[in-house]
Amino acid sequence: MAARKLAIIGGRVIDPVQGIDRVVDVLISNGKITGVASSSSDNAYDDYEVIDASGKIVSPGFVDLHTHLRDPGQEWKETIVSGTRAAAHGGFTTVCAMPNTDPVQDSAAVVEDVMRRAAADGVVRVLPIGAISVGQHGKQLAPMGELAEAGVIGFSDDGNPVADANLMRQALKYSVELGLPIINHAEDKKIGAGGVMSAGLVATRLGLAGVPAEAETAMVARDLHLADLTKARLHIPHISTIGSLVALRSAKECGVNVTAEVTPHHLTLNDEWVFGLKGEIPAQVGSEAYDTNTKVNPPLRSRADVEAVIEALSEGLIDIIATDHAPHAATDKVCTYDEAAHGINVLETAFASVFGLVDASKISIERLIESLTAGPAAILGRDLGSLKKGFSGDVAIIDPGSKWVVDPNEFASKSVNTPLRGVELTGRVVTTIYQGETVFDLRGAIGTFSEGVKAGAGQ
Amino acid sequence: MTNPTTTAGNGAATGAKSDHEVAQVASQENVALPPRKHLLDLDDLTAAEITDLLDSAEGMLEIIGRDVRKTPALRGKTIITMFFENSTRTRVSFEQAGKILGADVINVTASASSVSKGESLLNTVKTLQAMQIDALVVRHPHSGAPYFISNHTDASVVNAGDGTHAHPTQSLLDLFTVRSHVGDLTGKKIAIVGDVLYSRVARSNIIAFQKMGAEVTVSCPNTLIPDEWQLDSTLGSETGFGGLKLARNVDEAIDSTDVVMALRIQQERQDAGHLPSLREYSDRWGINAQRMALANDGALLMHPGPMNEGVEISSEVAHGAQSVVEEQVRNGVAVRMAVLYTLCAPGKSTRLAGGGDEAQAQA
Repeated sequence: MAARKLAIIGGRVIDPVQGIDRVVDVLISNGKITGVASSSSDNAYDDYEVIDASGKIVSPGFVDLHTHLRDPGQEWKETIVSGTRAAAHGGFTTVCAMPNTDPVQDSAAVVEDVMRRAAADGVVRVLPIGAISVGQHGKQLAPMGELAEAGVIGFSDDGNPVADANLMRQALKYSVELGLPIINHAEDKKIGAGGVMSAGLVATRLGLAGVPAEAETAMVARDLHLADLTKARLHIPHISTIGSLVALRSAKECGVNVTAEVTPHHLTLNDEWVFGLKGEIPAQVGSEAYDTNTKVNPPLRSRADVEAVIEALSEGLIDIIATDHAPHAATDKVCTYDEAAHGINVLETAFASVFGLVDASKISIERLIESLTAGPAAILGRDLGSLKKGFSGDVAIIDPGSKWVVDPNEFASKSVNTPLRGVELTGRVVTTIYQGETVFDLRGAIGTFSEGVKAGAGQ
Repeated sequence: MTNPTTTAGNGAATGAKSDHEVAQVASQENVALPPRKHLLDLDDLTAAEITDLLDSAEGMLEIIGRDVRKTPALRGKTIITMFFENSTRTRVSFEQAGKILGADVINVTASASSVSKGESLLNTVKTLQAMQIDALVVRHPHSGAPYFISNHTDASVVNAGDGTHAHPTQSLLDLFTVRSHVGDLTGKKIAIVGDVLYSRVARSNIIAFQKMGAEVTVSCPNTLIPDEWQLDSTLGSETGFGGLKLARNVDEAIDSTDVVMALRIQQERQDAGHLPSLREYSDRWGINAQRMALANDGALLMHPGPMNEGVEISSEVAHGAQSVVEEQVRNGVAVRMAVLYTLCAPGKSTRLAGGGDEAQAQA
């Protein structure tokens, strides 16, 4: 592959890092960006493979800070192979793998195994996240130094919040020397004990136990104060409540070293989706209600919370979008709401679902792309998320006018747990290029990859 | 409840002749036949449909009073009661209802079924489905379980209580009981006192009594109502319980009401911190003679059972002149007969296509 030269011509290139938003050609050679050139019909790319991107948006490949690949341990839900292909389908060229695998990514051995297999079998870049505590049990710090040397990009106990405030304090403090963020799922499990969806009118109507927004807000506030105390880097995953945003704003104003992410679903869906009618409120509860594909943690919040996170993302209070892609097998979702697993399959719908907010003029396309590229790359502190010369040749090409209906059976992911089944979205990733290789191209059959892609998997 | 649109053929294939015969059977049993497949909650029934069901229960009550309590109305039908939670009165009530109507009733309890062996609810339902049953009466600790089941079986599903969501047959029997004493419910006042947050009976009864025109007020500790509700207020329509009054205290709730309904309070509420103690609950919310005196003369006292006498209700009033607790139990059988008959009467089978049903209707 090394000799391949690629020219992506005639597209609207949006690269927030370089301040580019105009029609230019993107040139890639030997897997690296070699530069951008003004588009002209006079440009001769004789020895290049040319991709005509006219009418399309050309973005740096997306970077996802929050992905569940389920591998090792739950390979029936997702694998490194299927998960990275799902990422490619969604325009993501970098995914950060959450450590809640089996075994947990709490030792160099497990992390190195994931990295080795990702390099061999993955079609996009996989960066592992290490556990904060041994086994994610919240009792004893994981060997964070060893994990950092193995290559983790941060630490998280994922769905297990660090409940012990002193352990959280020590984790933050210990991480300072390593320069890596602590990513703590903020939820006081006692406040909403037993809750399966957001507390509120819908939960009351359906007789489902509700989790108040304050279960998140309370722990976000605690973590912000501990980050202030320790001067450590705190990254707040999937922020979703108005109260959390108030605390975040205040902390940022005080100079706390904090970043925050929001998921596509918390930006676009609210708790009314649990009625099973794609956000409509029925006069009576029908058999479509209790849609287990809407069960996720943090739960889908109120309309007001959704409006607040959109505004916060738009203005930059929330730094980035991350997917919290959480694939689950059918048996985890074809059951009662109480029994259902938390999590939504997001990678392949992420861009298009949020692009609806661009269409609705609630967020700019530039900000959307920044929050999927430059923003997460800055948190990682790596040369990613831009089309700068010398950066990895990672590109997502988007057709902004494409209308498509979500059919999970076309997903590259092994799982189909999305509440967006049958929903029409506008804007679609049509081509994904990773290190100069085309790893997804919609012009091929949907859900399959060309031979070239599979050959490129070995890098 | 959902209309039987998914069982293509049942309604259409029976045709006019069959419908006529069904109507005849219905009139013999004094039963109306709304085109329903499931009874999951009362929220999608009109007041007229509820009245039809209550009217048919009147006829059923007459059957229960006969020397030989048996009709062939559901002969050859198989009803399974599937209880994933302990219950004596509701399960027995359904069983008796089915048996009086001539159906074969099979009781499945979670502890005795394959559920305890780790089989999923979906596979349990599919297994029962394969045995060609006509109705599944389900009690489940998870809200929405009967809705889930209704999506995976051709049988009629009757919700016998799901989690903290709904208990529609309890509400029907409560409506039936009150109606038999006061007639039209329009403008009548009912106070529901107890664990509103966790009570499916409260939820279903608020919807049911409001639908029939009654004014409903609830009273309980502030820890036992949803966070978005406020004491001393009236809920708006956006809540799905529009018009429900939340009394400041129990005396205010009971004052000048026609019906007082006490709900069971459970030890778990004390353990989970909702209550200081059952003693304090009894003192502040327990229904006793002194509190009943605040209600209108002749007001009814109800309880869905099982009662914690001396906690939410004093023995004196539980067995006093105003108590209709035992009537509720008796009426429960009649109401459940009406529900089972309506859902799986001959000619309305959700299992067989039209031809077979006609033959059965003539039998």
